[in-house]
Amino acid sequence: MAKLYIEDSKHFETLKPKEETVNFLLNYSQALSVISCNKLKFEALLN
Amino acid sequence: MKQELITDAELVSNYITGDESALSVLITRHKQKIYSFIYSKVYDRDVTEDVFQDTFIKVIRTLKLGKYNEEGKFLPWVMRIAHNLVIDHFRKNSRMPKFDNGQEFNIFSVISDSSLNAEKSIIKEQVQEDVRRLIEELPEDQKQVLVMRMYNDMSFKEISENTGVSINTALGRMRYALINLRKVIDKHNIVLTN
Repeated sequence: MAKLYIEDSKHFETLKPKEETVNFLLNYSQALSVISCNKLKFEALLN
Repeated sequence: MKQELITDAELVSNYITGDESALSVLITRHKQKIYSFIYSKVYDRDVTEDVFQDTFIKVIRTLKLGKYNEEGKFLPWVMRIAHNLVIDHFRKNSRMPKFDNGQEFNIFSVISDSSLNAEKSIIKEQVQEDVRRLIEELPEDQKQVLVMRMYNDMSFKEISENTGVSINTALGRMRYALINLRKVIDKHNIVLTN
């Protein structure tokens, strides 16, 4: 039983997103630009 | 080490003013906490990955649109977004149940015998009959909307066109129909489970 708990907690610590997910987010952020026009704001994805 | 000296608020402010690297620091700093939080709710790696991604897409859009106004509370704010997206995921899944296609594929999750046994089908009939009788007790306008929605599978738009009332009125009648049904069920301790 104790083994189970130890294994679970170890498993939990290694939880993190895939590198590609993080890279996607950083690329998405760089590509996204917000254009302000008068009081309106438009989003544009520029690749 | 240097990264830790910069507060989240400063990083957010830098990011808003165009410093893209600030986002990388924020993600690196909080990714494990946010990812673990999502995983602790959904227990599925792929879903966690999706929700994590959607969370940060929302964060990025909100920051870039200048809508962020919770300075000093970046992590709780991101956690709240993640939490809401987890709820959305479960809502969506309850409407469209999927079979588990994980590493240990279980054929019975796809072809299991979902037909009820004799006892259960009798109970089901009784429950359906009870529900029908309860619906008969509802005021006519509420009953009409409920029957059209639940038994005739009509949309609220179709119901409003058929009954000549607005969609909002139809929605209101449906809501009151359900409230009234619950009231009667509670009052008489009626059990409607199979």
